[in-house]
Amino acid sequence: MEVKKPNGSGNGNKGSNEWRVKVGLAEMLKGGVIMDVTNAEQAKIAENAGACAVMALERVPSDIRKEGGVARMASIKVIREIMKTVTIPVMAKVRIGHFAEAEVLQALEVDFIDESEVLTPADEENHVWKHDYRVPFVCGARNLGEALRRIAEGAAMIRTKGEAGSGNVVEAVRHMRAIVSQMKKLTTMRDDELMHEAKELGAPLDLVRQIAKTGKLPVPNFSAGGIATPADAALVRRLGAEAVFVGSGIFKSSDPEARAKAVVKATTHFEDAKAVLEAHEELGEAMRGLDVRQMEEKDLLSTRGS
Amino acid sequence: MPERKEVKIGILAVQGDFGAHAAMLEQLGAKTAEVRTPADLEDCDGLILPGGESTTQLKFLQEEGLADKIVKFAKRGGAIFGTCAGAILLAKDVKHPQQDSLNLMDMTVVRNAYGRQIASDVVSGPTTLKNEPLEMVFIRGPVIERAGPGVKVLAKYAGKPALVQRENIMAATFHPELTDDTTVHEYFLRLAGTGAKQPANGVKSSS
Repeated sequence: MEVKKPNGSGNGNKGSNEWRVKVGLAEMLKGGVIMDVTNAEQAKIAENAGACAVMALERVPSDIRKEGGVARMASIKVIREIMKTVTIPVMAKVRIGHFAEAEVLQALEVDFIDESEVLTPADEENHVWKHDYRVPFVCGARNLGEALRRIAEGAAMIRTKGEAGSGNVVEAVRHMRAIVSQMKKLTTMRDDELMHEAKELGAPLDLVRQIAKTGKLPVPNFSAGGIATPADAALVRRLGAEAVFVGSGIFKSSDPEARAKAVVKATTHFEDAKAVLEAHEELGEAMRGLDVRQMEEKDLLSTRGS
Repeated sequence: MPERKEVKIGILAVQGDFGAHAAMLEQLGAKTAEVRTPADLEDCDGLILPGGESTTQLKFLQEEGLADKIVKFAKRGGAIFGTCAGAILLAKDVKHPQQDSLNLMDMTVVRNAYGRQIASDVVSGPTTLKNEPLEMVFIRGPVIERAGPGVKVLAKYAGKPALVQRENIMAATFHPELTDDTTVHEYFLRLAGTGAKQPANGVKSSS
């Protein structure tokens, strides 16, 4: 089994108590499914299906795609209702770099903040300096460099970006494989090669050296973006994801309750094909899905924030 | 490595920080096994119910037939240690809100009693297991509001029981697996190693 101690931020507050409880909550979510919800009713369905947390947002990613416009932090009224309705942790999204939205969500006392590329970025260069908050943050990453930059800024959890709202797992797979193989490569390198590698990755040297030693991120590594079926969840788990986020995949399917339960089952029993088979029995139609190769650059969410 | 006969500890690996428990137990020389099905529990001397979300874990235990199996394991004298969500699963009475449980420890537990994540903290409190205070990591932690007769309090925080034991069952409202202090896990390994003598009984079912 894996060996991991939840400390080491690559920043000045390495191992501080605040950091430990932030990464600690991320540890508690391992092995579970975090579901996107847009109202209290959906949150209840998610909790009843066995979700380990819910993500409150205004519109699920596939609707954001369809409807366009600026996607922002969800309405406070809705987040509050969701917080009142379920006992599992409630996460909510802020726009990349929008530290004022983040402060609002911290004041609201959500349990986790997702600084997310799914919303319209507020800052095209800078992310939120997440060390300043008591509430933990999760951020998306497409590769190890992005992951380590976000951790250096104070993210207590990393998730693949995938391509949200596409119902297509290909980008999540690409991102998870990239992160895992880049970490593996670091473990094979000599000390004197790590500075150059840190430069190539655009990542802080101390974190690069840490990965070279442990072969793992210092925070939990989850997967998100395009996961629509139980087998999709099992796939990303097998590739190294310690838990999964499911967005449009549940509430844009023909059978949200059954699908939510099935994805939870497959995520837990990801190594047991029979259990994943059982999870697939009696499921209706998955969300329609988009071919990422046919999409235009401007429609891709995963390229936001790097 | 401390010397003792090799003890095999199952860790409920449904959801939560089962990996952190495994790391600590392996550091102490114990064998560990991830438990996801009733069969996984067969040859274990002890079982850890890790932190995580108790609602998520409970649903899984009930649906996979593991709940009954764990209760039988306890009645046979198998040692069980629940941390945080695991303590909630063991408690006879669960409040805020009410929730079913395995009913293996006569105590009343209030879920998320300190508030939301922003109230999570690292603190310390007195323990009978060693001379210095015990470091305690609370993450959306519960509070043991009532400990029944025969429940030993091994550590306290803010005047409330934080680590309790009754015969072969132990429960903590905090996360010893997220610290570098192995005291609590060593105690549990001793309990598992010498177990099978004092099965948990006498906890009357409320249902």
